[in-house]
Amino acid sequence: MSSIVEQDIHADDHHHHAPGGGIKRWLYTTNHKDIGTLYLWFAFIMFLVGGSMAMVIRAELFEPGLQIVEPNFFNQMTTVHGLVMVFGAVMPAFTGLANWMVPMMIGAPDMALPRMNNWSFWILPFAFAILLASLFMEGGGPNFGWTFYAPLSTTYSNDSTALFVFSVHIMGASSIMGAINVIVTIMNMRAPGMTYMKMPLFVWTWFITAFLLIAVMPVLAGAVTMVLTDKFFGTSFFSAAGGGDPVLFQHIFWFFGHPEVYIMILPAFGIISQIVPTFARKPLFGYASMVYATASIALLSFVVWAHHMFTTGMPVAGELFFMIATMLISVPTGVKVFNWVATMWRGAMTFEMPMLFALAFIVLFTIGGFSGLMLAITPVDFQYHDTYFVVAHFHYVLVTGAIFSIFAAAYYWLPKWSGVMFDKKLANWHFWCSLVSVNVLFFPMHFVGLAGMPRRIPDYALQFADFNKWISIGGFAFGLSQLFFLALLIKACRKQGEPAAAKPWEGAEGLEWEIPSPAPYHTFETPPVIK
Amino acid sequence: MSQHAVNPVKSAGKWLLVVIGMFGFGYALVPLYDVFCDITGINGKPSNQAAAYQAVEIDEARVVKVEFMTRSAGGMASEFKPMVQSIKVHPGQLQEVEFYVKNPTDRDIVAQAVPSISPGPAALYMNKTECFCFEQQTLKAGEEVIMPMRFYVDPQLPQDISVFTLSYTLYDVSAQVVAQN
Amino acid sequence: MNIGAIKFAAASLGLISASVSATDMPLNLTKGVTDISGQVYDLHMYIFWICTVIGIVVFGAMFWSILHHRKSKGVKPADFHESTKVEILWTAIPFVILIAIAWPAAKTLLAMEDPSESDLTIEVTGSQWKWHYKYHGTDVEYYSVLATQSEQIHNKFEKGDNYLLEVDRPLVIPTGKKVRFLVTSDDVIHSWWVPAFAVKKDANPGFINEAWTRVNEAGLYRGQCAELCGKDHGFMPVVVIAKEPAEFDAWFAEQEQIIRDKKAEEQRWLSMSMSMDDAMDMGQKIYTANCAACHQASGEGLPGAFPALKGSKIATNNNPAEHIGIVLNGKKGMPAFGKQLSLAEIAAVVTYERNAWGNNTKQLVQPKDVNDVKNGK
Repeated sequence: MSSIVEQDIHADDHHHHAPGGGIKRWLYTTNHKDIGTLYLWFAFIMFLVGGSMAMVIRAELFEPGLQIVEPNFFNQMTTVHGLVMVFGAVMPAFTGLANWMVPMMIGAPDMALPRMNNWSFWILPFAFAILLASLFMEGGGPNFGWTFYAPLSTTYSNDSTALFVFSVHIMGASSIMGAINVIVTIMNMRAPGMTYMKMPLFVWTWFITAFLLIAVMPVLAGAVTMVLTDKFFGTSFFSAAGGGDPVLFQHIFWFFGHPEVYIMILPAFGIISQIVPTFARKPLFGYASMVYATASIALLSFVVWAHHMFTTGMPVAGELFFMIATMLISVPTGVKVFNWVATMWRGAMTFEMPMLFALAFIVLFTIGGFSGLMLAITPVDFQYHDTYFVVAHFHYVLVTGAIFSIFAAAYYWLPKWSGVMFDKKLANWHFWCSLVSVNVLFFPMHFVGLAGMPRRIPDYALQFADFNKWISIGGFAFGLSQLFFLALLIKACRKQGEPAAAKPWEGAEGLEWEIPSPAPYHTFETPPVIK
Repeated sequence: MSQHAVNPVKSAGKWLLVVIGMFGFGYALVPLYDVFCDITGINGKPSNQAAAYQAVEIDEARVVKVEFMTRSAGGMASEFKPMVQSIKVHPGQLQEVEFYVKNPTDRDIVAQAVPSISPGPAALYMNKTECFCFEQQTLKAGEEVIMPMRFYVDPQLPQDISVFTLSYTLYDVSAQVVAQN
Repeated sequence: MNIGAIKFAAASLGLISASVSATDMPLNLTKGVTDISGQVYDLHMYIFWICTVIGIVVFGAMFWSILHHRKSKGVKPADFHESTKVEILWTAIPFVILIAIAWPAAKTLLAMEDPSESDLTIEVTGSQWKWHYKYHGTDVEYYSVLATQSEQIHNKFEKGDNYLLEVDRPLVIPTGKKVRFLVTSDDVIHSWWVPAFAVKKDANPGFINEAWTRVNEAGLYRGQCAELCGKDHGFMPVVVIAKEPAEFDAWFAEQEQIIRDKKAEEQRWLSMSMSMDDAMDMGQKIYTANCAACHQASGEGLPGAFPALKGSKIATNNNPAEHIGIVLNGKKGMPAFGKQLSLAEIAAVVTYERNAWGNNTKQLVQPKDVNDVKNGK
């Protein structure tokens, strides 16, 4: 048995350097580093695409009244912005990081299933091409919110819904393949001596995330399939007329949706747990409790879904159950934050770019966590639900949470990937402009929401005008700040900059720093031995 | 190289089975939800099966008010109303009420009434022995019909519920019926 | 959020005019005008302060480390990396805090759950994109539609003070009485929300939900639809007027009288006929208010979403009955207008649609024709 596997893994190790350029290299590549790079660039492009939709939204909301787009197109923008950011930017970015780093961190030569790895990336561009093309159909693209509640997405939607469903299917298949690959790689390809409890936390968090993915992405596939058959083939899962129930849709969607939220934040926890010890020059505090906390967050995420649905009319016992289960999640999440602070405590800290993003993450993600705790409280959620308070909450956890962690990871490992140190000046501009503008963008949303502005509206009452103007200005500034990062990435890809050492960060530890920078095309073909 | 002892393709196949299983689970949530609702009354949907009325003890000491509410769904052309707006009953007492419906159009309509009860838990104690909502109703062009509904309230109804509402929404399902035939 | 402190800080920085100007936006959740909404507000502030204290402690420790435990100060890093005691402690303390939050939260939640009999029951039905109110057990029922002119929305007229938060006919309820709302929908999911009552309930098609309130102060309260319900989700506000019981009774008697008068008037219309000019005038107004949102002022619709009326078969064929039928009873995504508009209004709008934008049928539809279709003749 083992000989077969080894043949498989060593099948393409006759050249040690990257094959020449050309589109074919990227189309046919089965190399985890190439595929990681593809994922990361794809995610960044999607981040800019989804971001420009956010710019349209903010431009329309700059002033009261309808100026730039019609309500129907506005709804398409909010919907596709959400879908692109969740499935096109955040998730592929994490998958890209996993592709690059997991094999290097566990001392494996590549992912376990390199060909499947190639497919799982290359179907993604098609999924998004379909989704974005649907915007140009007669009647427009999906306009029912990324949560596509029935019957708005069934009886009352336009025909592009079929394309929406198809593209979500492809995105789901891609994520599932990526997740299976991560699981199989981690279970079978760890270097000798790399026991589970010696794995770096980034690997651990991704391991758990991958299980979440294979558990819930198929449920999403089921939900979109039901929407498809309800709309086009006369079933009535969600139509009361045929004996269905529209609220059932929300149960199924959020059974996927809530674990999905953790899919987008657990790898971020892993990244921060790699970076903080490096720049505090002190081992991570409470490694084991970090692992257990991650696992308990993942488990709890399956029993809290209905906290998105408190206003749908639930018996009071159900509301109490979901409120308390949701509040419980703050315990393991709190443990993580405390552990990071304890790691910094009495360390010897320096503040390079990855650390700055990690610190911003800890503070701003925690603010998002606080508003999350407030939202968990059923009676008050009746007031917060579907207002800008919710928008503020999930952008704090997803933008200053997930996306800031991705920036932190990119700065942390970019020297390893490119072999050069990134442009520090551009990095500083990127960080400080992003930090200020993201707060101008999202912090006032708390107030607007508390004052009563519903989400997903293209126009608003006059009292909200001043705050929305500031929010929009913050939004444009945050969007423009990302161009610094684009410039920085282009420079790094062109190898402009000081050559990076194998271990560019003084306090860094782990297998990935034991190989030269840039990382050779093939690494750890002979597994390292971990003591 | 003991770590490499497992064939990754086989191992991946195992996880693929989990994926297929979870896809199935997504669909299994549909009947599971129905069962769950039948047990807890979570969505206020009363049973669509006729209950048998057999020598239930009538709780003369208690009076429960049952209110009736009707809607015609969007796109449904009908006049639909309860003949009485509300009624007071003793738990256990068999009661008949009537609903008026008229099809004002010049075509036949197949209608389906969808019941809903609020507060939801009361749905568990609303026993209908006969209801027009159990089946689709064909309304001829211009036809007026009085539709009866017979029910009793289970004496086990929680003490804190003294009033509940039964709503019927009337849907035009003609298109679906045509599609099925 | 401590409003006083924020306003004071803002004022002392001279920012108050810049940040909170013309129409003052409250910076915090409303206390509302019911006992429940007051409890909800207190709960909100209670959790807010708990979060603030936790935030100060955690971020305090973090920034202390950042300031003092930095390499540039020449410190040597410690190398502790676990402590079972500390870890148990900071798992246990959050539990205690959570219980301290959950207890009052559960109390408020149970207070909201009150199945006792109400003094007044109102059926609230959402549809794209308006609310319908029916006083249960009476004939009083009406639609409540956005009253802001579309010229304001499209920046042709100056925007009024209650821009997007005004309706033609608000819901009226008595103060000091338990009012129960039975919430449902005719099409997609909507959500009926009045912040001042802390009431937000989803309107699910085919199902009813209930909520209740007991308003302490007479006044006018505004809210909005809180669940994405399609194109004009942002344009279906909720306005509720709470009146003293005596005033409410007078208002209600008046409504019943109006309904009787209207029925009599409908009868009168049946025997009268409108002139083409009158019908076109009235029809255009009704079209702008009720139809233009989807079918557009130009009658061209939105391809793929809302069909064009200009040149459409139904609006230009010889027999207006089908056209009238659709306006009366709705079709697929289109709501029924039979209950919202009078016979004369429907006659006028159908006439308008059959003669505007080059739909030159020259047909004049009379209230009697509408009545015939309505009664299946």
